[in-house]
Amino acid sequence: MLEIQDLLNKLEDSLKRKVVERQLNNPLMIGIRTGGVWVAEQMHQRLNITEPLGLLDISFYRDDFSQIGVNPNVKPSQLPLQIEGRDIILIDDVFYTGRTIRAALNEIFDYGRPNQVILAVLIERDGKQIPLCPDCVGTSITLNAGQRIKLMGPEPLTIQLQTLNAVA
Amino acid sequence: MTDNLQLNAEGKLKHFLSIEGLPKSLLTEILDIAESFVGIGDHQIKKVPLLRGKTIVNLFFENSTRTRTTFELAAKRLSADVLSMSISTSSTSKGESLLDTIRNLEAMFVDMFVVRHAISGAAHFIAQQTAPHISVINAGDGQHAHPTQAMLDMFTIRQIKKDFSNLRVAIIGDILHSRVARSQIQALNTLGAAEVRVIAPKTLLPAHVESLGVNISHDLTEGLKDIDVIIMLRLQKERMTSALLPSESEYFKCFGLTEDKLKIAKPDAIVMHPGPINRGVEIDSKVADGPQSVILKQVSNGIAIRMAIMAMAMQKQGAN
Amino acid sequence: MSLIHIKQGHIIDPVNNISRIGCVYVAEGKIISVTNEPAGFKADRVINAQNQIVCPGFIDLSTRLREPGQTRKATFKSETIAAASAGITTMCLQPDTSPVIDAPAVVELIKEQAKKADYPQIYPISALTQKLEGIELSAMLSLKQAGCIAVGNANQPVRNLLILRRAMEYAASHDLLVMFKPNDYWLGNNGCVHEGAFATRYGLPSIPEAAETIALAQCLELVELTGCRVHFGQLSCKRSVIKIHQAKKYGLQVSADVAIHQLHLTESDIIPFDSNYHVLPPLRTEADKQYLRQGLASGTINSICSDHQPHDVDAKLAAFPETEPGVAALETLLPLMLKLVAQGIITIEQGIASLSENPARVLGIKSGALTEGFAADICIFDPKLTWQVNSDNWKSQGVNTPFWGQTFKGRVTHTLQAGKIIHCLEKSGA
Repeated sequence: MLEIQDLLNKLEDSLKRKVVERQLNNPLMIGIRTGGVWVAEQMHQRLNITEPLGLLDISFYRDDFSQIGVNPNVKPSQLPLQIEGRDIILIDDVFYTGRTIRAALNEIFDYGRPNQVILAVLIERDGKQIPLCPDCVGTSITLNAGQRIKLMGPEPLTIQLQTLNAVA
Repeated sequence: MTDNLQLNAEGKLKHFLSIEGLPKSLLTEILDIAESFVGIGDHQIKKVPLLRGKTIVNLFFENSTRTRTTFELAAKRLSADVLSMSISTSSTSKGESLLDTIRNLEAMFVDMFVVRHAISGAAHFIAQQTAPHISVINAGDGQHAHPTQAMLDMFTIRQIKKDFSNLRVAIIGDILHSRVARSQIQALNTLGAAEVRVIAPKTLLPAHVESLGVNISHDLTEGLKDIDVIIMLRLQKERMTSALLPSESEYFKCFGLTEDKLKIAKPDAIVMHPGPINRGVEIDSKVADGPQSVILKQVSNGIAIRMAIMAMAMQKQGAN
Repeated sequence: MSLIHIKQGHIIDPVNNISRIGCVYVAEGKIISVTNEPAGFKADRVINAQNQIVCPGFIDLSTRLREPGQTRKATFKSETIAAASAGITTMCLQPDTSPVIDAPAVVELIKEQAKKADYPQIYPISALTQKLEGIELSAMLSLKQAGCIAVGNANQPVRNLLILRRAMEYAASHDLLVMFKPNDYWLGNNGCVHEGAFATRYGLPSIPEAAETIALAQCLELVELTGCRVHFGQLSCKRSVIKIHQAKKYGLQVSADVAIHQLHLTESDIIPFDSNYHVLPPLRTEADKQYLRQGLASGTINSICSDHQPHDVDAKLAAFPETEPGVAALETLLPLMLKLVAQGIITIEQGIASLSENPARVLGIKSGALTEGFAADICIFDPKLTWQVNSDNWKSQGVNTPFWGQTFKGRVTHTLQAGKIIHCLEKSGA
């Protein structure tokens, strides 16, 4: 089964190797709200990054505004003013269709032009709809039809597998 | 209003015409969403792509450079395409009816009208007559409502005072002719302010004003006691010529906000004004520029609030 | 001329104090007998009026049929059909036509149009002043001789009290009734709703009660001064009712009517910015409505009118203050009167009197009663028949009514004007 500490350890290892491989210099770490921030807080600690964690709210960059409308819980993103030329580690909890990452990338680029972006996710699952893929994962899984995977938190962090019919 | 024209079938904002008929939760949502738009001016790209590809028409039948520019900026920061039209009333009376103007613009596939008009009920009329996919924002109609101004005032108050339930708010000046005052009173009462007080000479108060949910005072020195928020209204020059008031100097003597009068209110009271200010008529320069004045903050909040309202009104009926 | 036997209806004729089941007999355009069958009467037409009320045809003291001059709003043809279907057999035409009724030629034109529409009983009210501008007197004697039944100011102000005094004196010298709608132009201040809580909430320009009561008081003083007979039209205020009551008690020769919608609607009923509720005088408060109702019940106000003002669609399609005021009201006159009866405000006899006996007395015409020898103006209606105000049933060209879509009880089945059947409800109930 999916054990959270196990996944966090695997992700940490993968990320540390990737930082060396891609020669990241003084990387800016950014977590995507809300689950991605919880994972990013862990990675931020484990990689000993001193610069404060960036927080990204992608509500205004989603592609489904016409269907869903404005998210009433939207909070402002918190990023440093200077994105230009930075190396960025972008972190999310679950990589599924890829639309969240597309929105996140668009938003980051509106702040400025980064040098490079690597994507690290705790869980990569099947069902991709956009041609993007993570650079580092905690694990890759395939789910059954009607199943959904969700990170619960912030304390304690747990992974929940939901079957859509059973969800109230 | 029985059929609430402003909300769609799911209770989400469709038109923003007046504060009346909108629940507290919706007003609070507007304030919350506006928070996210406040910092946009600091970004390199001062935009979000939320309304990209949408066309917004500013239909101003009454002149107003400042309101029109804030709406233009708000729309552009949402990445919408903006068309600003100033239509003088003489050309409308010579030429097209209001309805024909709207129909012609609809034929060019627009998504939203922001309307300012000298006649009460104009925005409401347009919202009722316009094609079903178009949203209407009221930028001020006659003496009826100026809801976006009221919301940016509420936003400013909330930024500083945090909680409405303890607040005593005084609105001072020409309440009779003020669409801003009517909207502010409704917003304050909906958001649960402890007290709303109007202070004005009798000629500048409408009939049965207490039915709006306010206390009345005709004396500034009495009326300012225990006040947390002071909202000054602009006194228009025409009031002196239509036998409503004798002179500006007499008005300033009785109802002008000076440093001395300000001391009567609570020591941490804030001073607000929807603008433009008439220095020396309703407010003394020292107060307008003083430490308790938040007038400029109101202006900068105006864009964020209008962005929030436009974004919310444009959302389609979703398949949730 | 047809011999008509109206059979076994509930006859209500307030003038002659009749309220019982019986028959009415019509011949040569006149009423020849009520209840007693004339010897040898062989009817050409029998109307079965069982379970229906038979009463005098209604006399409407204030209507606008929009001819001459405003035919995009309505025509004699469309409105007389509507009036006939509403049991109205006599209509007084307000002078603000285009051109204004201030010349005998206009009166002739109206008489001709009325004849063409097969509805001869349209009585023009001529203008008090030329062009209704409130400055110069109109040729009242010539207008009376041409066929005007009274003189009036429509909705227009008279320039000053001296002119009003002289107009009233002149009218009195020719024994003409003045039909006066009281409203002070300056206090009215271009308002479109009552000066009260509704106007304040919606920021609409408003008209205080004082605009009506002050103009009324001024005119009452002039009645005392000039001895002119005045009928006050379409009152809306509590204090207006009180002033009329005092004036009558004092012995002034005055009368008053109220528009039927004022007896049912107040400012609280207005759907915000719905131009169907834009009327002048405006809908006022509950207290005003109660006083108007009491005034009707006690006889201070003795007549009800429709104040029919049909409009084209464009006239009502704008921001509220920019729409034209007025309700299309002929066809809701009877059911709204019956509603007052159902609510216990007045008796059915009082209701019918307010639409027949009393207006006839105000105008000084031999009508409004089922008296033998009078012209056979008769209304037969089913008080229990329900119908909806919709495009299937509505006959007036103007659809501007706040009652659109509502269902009412009480519908006219037959209308006779001078012995001629001018309306007959189809069996299908349409």
